[in-house]
Amino acid sequence: MSSLPPYASTGQKIWFYSFRVICGFIFFFLIAPIITIIPLSFNAEDFFTFTPGMLALDPDAYGLDHYRDFFTNPDWQQPLWNSVRIAPMATLLSVAFGTLAAIGLSQSHVPFKGAIMAILISPMIVPLIISAAGMYFFYSRIGLQGTYLGVVLAHAALGIPFVIITVTATLVGFDKSLTRASASLGADPVTTFFKVQMPLILPGVISGGLFAFITSFDEVVVVLFVGSAGQKTLPWQMFIGLREQISPTILAVATILVVISIALLTTVELLRRRSERLRGMSPG
Amino acid sequence: MTDNTAQTPAGPVLAADGRPLKASLNRALRAQKIRALLLIAPLLLFILITFILPIADMLFRSVENQIVRETLPRTVAAMEAWENHEEAPGEDVYAGLYIDLFEAAEFRRHTRVGSRLNYEMTGISSLFRQAGRGVGRFDTDLYTDQFTDLDTAWADYATWTGLMGDSAIRAALPETADSFDTWVRITIEANDDDPAEENIEDFVYFSLYRDLAGNGYSGSNALLSTAAEAVSSFDSLSIRDQFEELDEDWLNPELMETIWVYSPSYTPGYFLTAIDMQLSADGITAQPEDRQIYVTLFGRTLFMSLVIMGSCVLLGYPIAFLLANLPMRISNVLMILVLLPFWTSLLVRTSAWKVLLQQQGVINDILVWIGMVPDDARLQLINNQTGTIIAMTHILLPFMILPLYSVMQTIPPSYVRAAKSLGATDWTAFWRVYFPQSIPGIGAGCILVFILAIGYYITPELVGGRTGTFISNRIAYHISSSLNWGLAAALGSILLGVVLILYWIYDRIVGIDNVKLG
Repeated sequence: MSSLPPYASTGQKIWFYSFRVICGFIFFFLIAPIITIIPLSFNAEDFFTFTPGMLALDPDAYGLDHYRDFFTNPDWQQPLWNSVRIAPMATLLSVAFGTLAAIGLSQSHVPFKGAIMAILISPMIVPLIISAAGMYFFYSRIGLQGTYLGVVLAHAALGIPFVIITVTATLVGFDKSLTRASASLGADPVTTFFKVQMPLILPGVISGGLFAFITSFDEVVVVLFVGSAGQKTLPWQMFIGLREQISPTILAVATILVVISIALLTTVELLRRRSERLRGMSPG
Repeated sequence: MTDNTAQTPAGPVLAADGRPLKASLNRALRAQKIRALLLIAPLLLFILITFILPIADMLFRSVENQIVRETLPRTVAAMEAWENHEEAPGEDVYAGLYIDLFEAAEFRRHTRVGSRLNYEMTGISSLFRQAGRGVGRFDTDLYTDQFTDLDTAWADYATWTGLMGDSAIRAALPETADSFDTWVRITIEANDDDPAEENIEDFVYFSLYRDLAGNGYSGSNALLSTAAEAVSSFDSLSIRDQFEELDEDWLNPELMETIWVYSPSYTPGYFLTAIDMQLSADGITAQPEDRQIYVTLFGRTLFMSLVIMGSCVLLGYPIAFLLANLPMRISNVLMILVLLPFWTSLLVRTSAWKVLLQQQGVINDILVWIGMVPDDARLQLINNQTGTIIAMTHILLPFMILPLYSVMQTIPPSYVRAAKSLGATDWTAFWRVYFPQSIPGIGAGCILVFILAIGYYITPELVGGRTGTFISNRIAYHISSSLNWGLAAALGSILLGVVLILYWIYDRIVGIDNVKLG
């Protein structure tokens, strides 16, 4: 499939190229919506489509107005600040609890392993609207609804499955004789963990943390119910903007978020390759 | 030495410290298990409190129904004796209802039970609100006047506390004792007053009259004996008529039936509503036609999720096939095109579609520009099912491509080559040899996309308009707008059940341990 053999018939040639064209269209469908909003966010006017000036590449038709609005308008700055306050705390909780549990789960004799795993993964499986409803009802009962702590706990719970999955995957390739060697050389379990095990599983922990971070940073359904106006996050503000009256500033925010995603994607990919290389699983 | 070892085989094998080896190994194993569980315990506890308990709470709320019994205890108790449900119940039930409503109105709880019952029968809410104001103005002061005319001691708080301190009198006048205690509770807790300084409410005298007229009094208290003799000549009124005067709907047997049907502490009522049924006098019946919306909505959610799943297979299969068959170097680059949407914020992608699909948006502009669509008949691509399907296919496509790709990577190319060398055409080789081997990937991808799709909330809410919304949007509506939490919980529980079954199938086919990210 990678290349056409010299003896290919005309029909095969036509199919070969038309298949590539079809795939090209699908790739275009995947990526075009994300790419299109980037130039639109530099629109000098409050329109959501390309103005004639933009199509003519007239420099005056482009402007940074929407970015200026994002960085000066308190309607956007307060949510940004809230997101920055909530996501790292939630990530910290997910990573701390998740890494410990993943190490526990990777031991050779764990009773009820299947059931425990199912419970720990469940926040990823249960539809967000149901998690949000349950948390809203329950957190109202115990007075956590509408508090910073409530949102952080809810987001931490949602991020945990990702940490468990990535760290468990890293631990599959972990050589247990390394901890035994460390113990035989006189290190106590804590030293062994931080000096031997942690550096080796660190790529998995970091990418799990990034997943947990993006889960919290992007999350809107749960915060919509569990939070109150004081915990309004960036996605929440975007959601309101999209539902009520759509302002072009959303495109500027979206572009900034795309840049952040690219940065995160690159980091995770580099970590994944490094970890595979460490475990000798990939030649790259 | 050799002699010793030769003798031991008869006994159990011993460890270095002299214990039997088996016990020693068991001990080590147990220690290992405990260590593993101790590492898992904090997280397990965390998830149980922050996540599992909330879900359990939601399931509980879907059947919980304490409010009617708690707010109207006397009415519900009196209804036990209600025999002919074709007609409105008798005086006793309305006497109970009078005191229940009076108490509820003082504690401002009558509107809550009114809204609860309004879910089952429209109009009850306003009836209860009106009654909350009305019961205070009933003509029951008739009894108050007659008792105090008989003996002014009846107006004194001290007389009452004296009588009610006597357990024999309390037993002889059960309704009066209950009403008096209720009045004291209302005065202290709801109004923050001192009962000794307040006038005793009419409903206490009303209960006293009912007790004395109904059962008489055979005790030794002189005040009560006099009153018991006098009540036969008292003017009386029917409390049922008072309710009828307030609003004749109170005598509607259907209304009383609704209170009765929803009086148990746990009810299947919310679940029945969620499947367009209702609980009524004749047992479980279908809702009236115009109130049947949930089955349609569940059907639409399933149908649209299937369509989205189908479009994801259609678009995802070629991409996964291409990525799996290209050299690693090129496919890694192309993979970024799949992973970037996967990593991009959901709201960014939804905003993008909202902007692109508008009537004045980029897609319509292009279609008009190339002449496919006239300018005055731009396509309606958003706020309907089309919008939801397009946007959600785009959002969920990576979840189809990634599992398909990982399965296709494991299919050895030699099989297809072998098929071709045996004379198969390209199509036969693909359809009979390659495709069957990729089915596990299709299964995994389909279930994953389907599970994600049926629970989606944000995208249908933003681009679905009125016809493109899912069951999750209805759940959100009941939580935040109509405040019918029980129904929201029942709808959520049904959705959760569907997802858990699908998840179980997914676990059977793929195994949750095999989920890969990135």
